[in-house]
Amino acid sequence: MARVVFEHVTKRFGDVVAVRDLSLEAFDREFLVLLGPSGCGKSTALRMIAGLEDPSEGSIRIGDRVVDEVEPKDRNVAMVFQSYALYPHMSVRKNIEFPLRTRKVGKEEREKLASEAAHTLGLETLLDRKPAQLSGGQRQRVALARAIVRRPDAFLMDEPLSNLDAKLRVQTRAELVELQRRLEATVIYVTHDQVEAMTMGDRIAIMSDGVLQQIGPPQSVYEKPGNLFVARFIGTPAMNTVTGPVVPEGEGLAVAIASSRVPLPAPYAKAVGDAGLTGVVIGVRPEHLTLASEGLLPATVSVVESLGHERHVICRLEDGQMVIVRQQSSEPAPGEGSMVRLATDLHHLHLFDVHTEQRIEPA
Amino acid sequence: MAASGRPKARRIATRALRYLLLTVLAVVVLFPLYMTIVNSLLRPSQIAARPPTFFPTHPVWGSYSDAWNAGHMGRYLVNSAIVTTIITVGQVATAILAGYAFAFLEFPLKRTLFLVFLATLMVPFEITIVTNISTINDLGWFNSYQGLAVPFLATGFGAFLMRQAFLQVPRDLQDAASLDGYGHWRFMSRVAVPLARPAVAALSVFAFLGAWNQYLWPLLVTKDEKYRTVQIGLKQLRATSIDQVNVTFAGVIIAALPLVILLLVFQKQLVRGLTAGAVKG
Repeated sequence: MARVVFEHVTKRFGDVVAVRDLSLEAFDREFLVLLGPSGCGKSTALRMIAGLEDPSEGSIRIGDRVVDEVEPKDRNVAMVFQSYALYPHMSVRKNIEFPLRTRKVGKEEREKLASEAAHTLGLETLLDRKPAQLSGGQRQRVALARAIVRRPDAFLMDEPLSNLDAKLRVQTRAELVELQRRLEATVIYVTHDQVEAMTMGDRIAIMSDGVLQQIGPPQSVYEKPGNLFVARFIGTPAMNTVTGPVVPEGEGLAVAIASSRVPLPAPYAKAVGDAGLTGVVIGVRPEHLTLASEGLLPATVSVVESLGHERHVICRLEDGQMVIVRQQSSEPAPGEGSMVRLATDLHHLHLFDVHTEQRIEPA
Repeated sequence: MAASGRPKARRIATRALRYLLLTVLAVVVLFPLYMTIVNSLLRPSQIAARPPTFFPTHPVWGSYSDAWNAGHMGRYLVNSAIVTTIITVGQVATAILAGYAFAFLEFPLKRTLFLVFLATLMVPFEITIVTNISTINDLGWFNSYQGLAVPFLATGFGAFLMRQAFLQVPRDLQDAASLDGYGHWRFMSRVAVPLARPAVAALSVFAFLGAWNQYLWPLLVTKDEKYRTVQIGLKQLRATSIDQVNVTFAGVIIAALPLVILLLVFQKQLVRGLTAGAVKG
């Protein structure tokens, strides 16, 4: 296995910049997830590693080798596609053997490797079927078998679970991670599904508009989103963000939300004051908000969604901004239309510059 | 029960009507063929008789051997087979190459070139005859197989049909194949063409039909018996056995037999090729 490195890679399609100055490293044996909404450039980045697209600027290394001038077939990477890209006219066995056949591996060796790959993914009984005779999950496993049979330096996966139904997706998610650990493989995995990213990745790299927004272990990205985009993208339901002007409050500073004031803890107040910011965005995760009689912000409950084990209370603040509170189902549920007050522990606050949208770290 | 009885009766009536319509259509299509077979087995006097005979009670099988011998059908069939094979193979090969280029390759003026290909579909064959004759003449290809076949080795229709078929091949397959070391040539021959098999079969049948049934062009570029094709042979047969119409009918059946066999063998692919892409799945 090998590490994969992007060095200031930019990719343009005509006037459109799909990937902008991307510098990124997937470590050896790491499960790195490229996460972002559709059109953010994550698939283009993956295709550049495979050699299916050429970078307009910058270069890519696989292991210690710069691969910019290397043909896709000589990069020794395997790719798993969202559509699985199985050859419909070939049996499962032939599909798995295909990469070996093109590399002129002898028949005996080929059969042995294909059988091993099929065994690893539990496909032994399906070898003589055609892809059309398989379920989505089985096809997906054939695609994986075809990828692992070559023993590549890195696996590239482009939304491989998107075509599976929800239940199978959860199961396959765990199986994929198991497989990666067993093979000690470097995996670069593209998805728009942040749950997949959070659960599977050793690290996640979040992209938007072709720009890398943040990279880090899932928990740290969740706890310390680097900017407003990441804050809103990671987490379900998304982080609550409300915008307001910075106003003086006694000795310190506060953020004015309609008629209320949210006092900023001293280190934040200092950072905001030092930067001379006039407006900020406050972010609070739904699980860090509670309904309390002495809460800071008054709100009206508009909808209560019950998910069985938990509840999402969707409220409107006085100025119309929407806020979601996550409750355990054991807590008392508020009635729709009722007036409530929202409270939070102030150390759960995230603060962002209203203009640059970057995270403000306490001074 | 009464409530479900009416729709059931209606369903049966609809189905009966549908079968009746199909039967009528089948009769309309097959009747001329049937009458050709019947007439080939009657004496000339019976053919001329009114009302016509619909069932040959004493079939005259000799008309087939007469047609075969007097009309040199053997020689003509071989010529037709040679020319048709060259044209069919040539058309399919050029159509696959052109269709693949239009579907999978990027090159300057691709769209314009494709439109030019399409535009050739609007030009009737008759318009090109004079130019083609003079070209064949310049090349000294009168009375030759190449003179009969070469003008038909590439068609805009074939390129169009294959392009459409190749466009149905998912892009991911090409990406996967290129990661596995397949260039265009191997991807085309091992993946794209096998997946486009219905279209290839349909095109083969069309090319075969067109080539086999050619009359005007072979008539214009051949004078020598040695190179004349079966359709011209039929015309000659009619002229030489004017008092033996049954022999002409027998010749028609002999000339049509290879086509009928071909259609029976390929009918599934033909229908699939024509309706490919019409229904998702």
